[in-house]
Amino acid sequence: MTTAVADAHDAEHHDDHGPTKGYKRWLFSTNHKDIGTMYLIFSLVMFFVGGAMAMVIRSELAIPGLQFVHPEFFNSMTTMHALIMVFGAVMPAFVGLANWMIPLMIGAPDMALPRMNNWSFWILPVAFGILLSTLLMPGGAPAGGWTMYPPLILQTGDAFPFLIFSVHLMGISSIMGSINVIVTIINMRAPDMSLLKMPMFVWTWLITAYLLIAVMPVLAGAVTMLLTDQFFGTSFFLAAGGGDPVMFQHIFWFFGHPEVYIMILPAFGVVSEIIPTFSRKKLFGHDSMVYAASCIAFLSFIVWAHHMFTVGMPLTGQLFFMFATMLIAVPTGVKIFNWVATMWRGAMTFETPMLFSLAFVFLFTIGGFSGLMLAIQPADVQYHDTYFVVAHFHYVLVPGSVFAIMAGAYYWLPKWTGHMYNEKLGKLHFWASTIFVNLTFFPMHFLGLAGMPRRIPDYSTQFTDFNTIASIGAIGFGLSQLLFVAVLLTAKRGEKATDRVWEGSHGLEWTVPSPAPWHTFTTPPKARIANEAFD
Amino acid sequence: MIRKSILSLLGLVLTSAASAEWALNMPEGVTDLSAETYRLHMMVFWWCVAIGVVVFGVMIISLIKHRKSKGAEPATFTHSTVAEVIWTAIPVVILLVMAVPAAETMVKLEDTRNPDISIVVTAYQWKWHYKYQDEGVEFYSSLARPSVDARRKQSGVDVNSVDNYLLEVDHPVVVPRGAKVRLLLTSNDVIHSWWVPELAIKKDAIPGIVNETWFNANEVGTYRGQCTELCGKDHGYMPIVVEVVEPEAYQAWVDTRKDGDAKFASAQ
Repeated sequence: MTTAVADAHDAEHHDDHGPTKGYKRWLFSTNHKDIGTMYLIFSLVMFFVGGAMAMVIRSELAIPGLQFVHPEFFNSMTTMHALIMVFGAVMPAFVGLANWMIPLMIGAPDMALPRMNNWSFWILPVAFGILLSTLLMPGGAPAGGWTMYPPLILQTGDAFPFLIFSVHLMGISSIMGSINVIVTIINMRAPDMSLLKMPMFVWTWLITAYLLIAVMPVLAGAVTMLLTDQFFGTSFFLAAGGGDPVMFQHIFWFFGHPEVYIMILPAFGVVSEIIPTFSRKKLFGHDSMVYAASCIAFLSFIVWAHHMFTVGMPLTGQLFFMFATMLIAVPTGVKIFNWVATMWRGAMTFETPMLFSLAFVFLFTIGGFSGLMLAIQPADVQYHDTYFVVAHFHYVLVPGSVFAIMAGAYYWLPKWTGHMYNEKLGKLHFWASTIFVNLTFFPMHFLGLAGMPRRIPDYSTQFTDFNTIASIGAIGFGLSQLLFVAVLLTAKRGEKATDRVWEGSHGLEWTVPSPAPWHTFTTPPKARIANEAFD
Repeated sequence: MIRKSILSLLGLVLTSAASAEWALNMPEGVTDLSAETYRLHMMVFWWCVAIGVVVFGVMIISLIKHRKSKGAEPATFTHSTVAEVIWTAIPVVILLVMAVPAAETMVKLEDTRNPDISIVVTAYQWKWHYKYQDEGVEFYSSLARPSVDARRKQSGVDVNSVDNYLLEVDHPVVVPRGAKVRLLLTSNDVIHSWWVPELAIKKDAIPGIVNETWFNANEVGTYRGQCTELCGKDHGYMPIVVEVVEPEAYQAWVDTRKDGDAKFASAQ
């Protein structure tokens, strides 16, 4: 640490004694920066755990025939990979970014509910400890898919109640996290920062937090009904007792579709921060970006049954869900056009965060195109539950959400560590990731169209070549992520970062020293003044 | 650069697999509706390509021209209501162009009235049962023996030597060409899904529910598909084979089946 930081720190807190030493600093932490760091590290660990499972899946699928695992274990791998990536890697990463950056961006001293913040983080390792422990249980880990459709999921062995309990815990953690985000944003903004003056990352998180509060209890309800069906003699989803297996799917996807946007809206926010910085131009159409994100959030509640076009719904229902789903293309298009307009006639440079953001715009759009194709019900009858769907959602989740997380990590890393990361290593990480992610997921479009169903451990020999390519890509992508670890391990060796870090950056987070001192904004800043300082 | 590497790889794959029946795209199939579905798929695909060319084109021009290293000075515009209205309105029009034919096809797909033949399909973990409602023919259809022997982990059998590996059954469904075949799908245990790409129908088989779907094949041939809803450990091992034959051959098949079933019943 340099004296400048120490001075700034001392000037603000004469009587502050700084963080506690040792494990207590982390276990009892109520500091948004420390908790944010823990969220991000936890997410990275889960990214590698879930990634290791993906390696098992892709190794088995590299050539036809069963080589490494039995079908039931294969099914456990697909199920656990999805649960871990969705709830353990992507969602906590965004909560980590929110924890670190929202108070800094709105000029708040901390999150509004710091003790709950601690609790919502520390629930997560417990939840995933429980989930991962099911790998060692009689009957194996859950193998019914992350969607947990009954009656199949009720055939899970001893792992079943542990699965339900861990999902409950993840939900509780998410709900507490989002309450914290909402209360912080609504109550603790710098005095002259009106809602529409908020940075896009803050906006998208505000919307995401409302989505989370709306749908996590729905998921909790659905899995609780599974639990009572299994152990307490109810028949919510059991046809033999007068229940309806399809009802679970409706409830699940009423959670599941907003969940999709929970994983992409904060990504939109991150990219909307980064593109203006490296284009040296203000975000084009800030307000319409806010309206578009709100529109997407609203529509996300009325499109859930497009995941269920083959369950046998009434014609009118299918028509409604097809039209509503297609409508989502409009606000999503607005966002993409606005990003392009932001770059237009800017003065762009291509540091690692910008590279990841540009790849995000390109590749997320490809995922959007396949999404539009999937909305067309007669065509979806062909695509449904094939590798085309696998390609689609991996395009929006990996070069979509994950690339945005990476972009955000590179963008704010100098603010967190006080040092510039190794740009060469970062660029290498970017190019390796981008090439391999396409090599992995692009051929899956062809596999799906050619007729390969998803969630199968072995396949007919005509699917061999594309599967082999996808497996090579996947292993390359997995190894490329070790470069990111190398970037993090060498993060403090780079030159000293300035407060503003990037030439074109705007916003309150760039007015505090780098690294951001343990306590910031103990007196509220003037947002407008801070912004104008950089104009 | 990324594109180039993908394209060259694709080229490699295509040439290496020229002998096999290669599929990059959805099959056009053998029913009127499968052809309609294919056309819908291609229409939306080409719209996506067109939109992609415009959006990515503008973006790439910007990436080349508006970079700081070329001495670009950033402009100061921040919004334009006209632009926002235009790029909201144009997608709405394009969506309408897609939605109308999609809805028309959907209406036809759902019209299961007046079938010539009705088959009750019951799914089990992990096989299918077919019962021809009026013909009095019924049978189970499971993965064929050569695939069963080859599929086990380290079975010692080269799966490439097995004909139609994992896509062959012991008893295929036989239907006549040019007849409207209605499937009534249900399940005995968990949810399964019945899919044959060439017929362009996929419908879930759900316990406690009877789902309906239909097809009318125009061409004689053997069409293969698989279960497409995760249904447990052998989800990947319950294929579907439909043989479309001329009506006379179908009648002959029904007669021998009936005969066989009767003999089997009397033997018991």
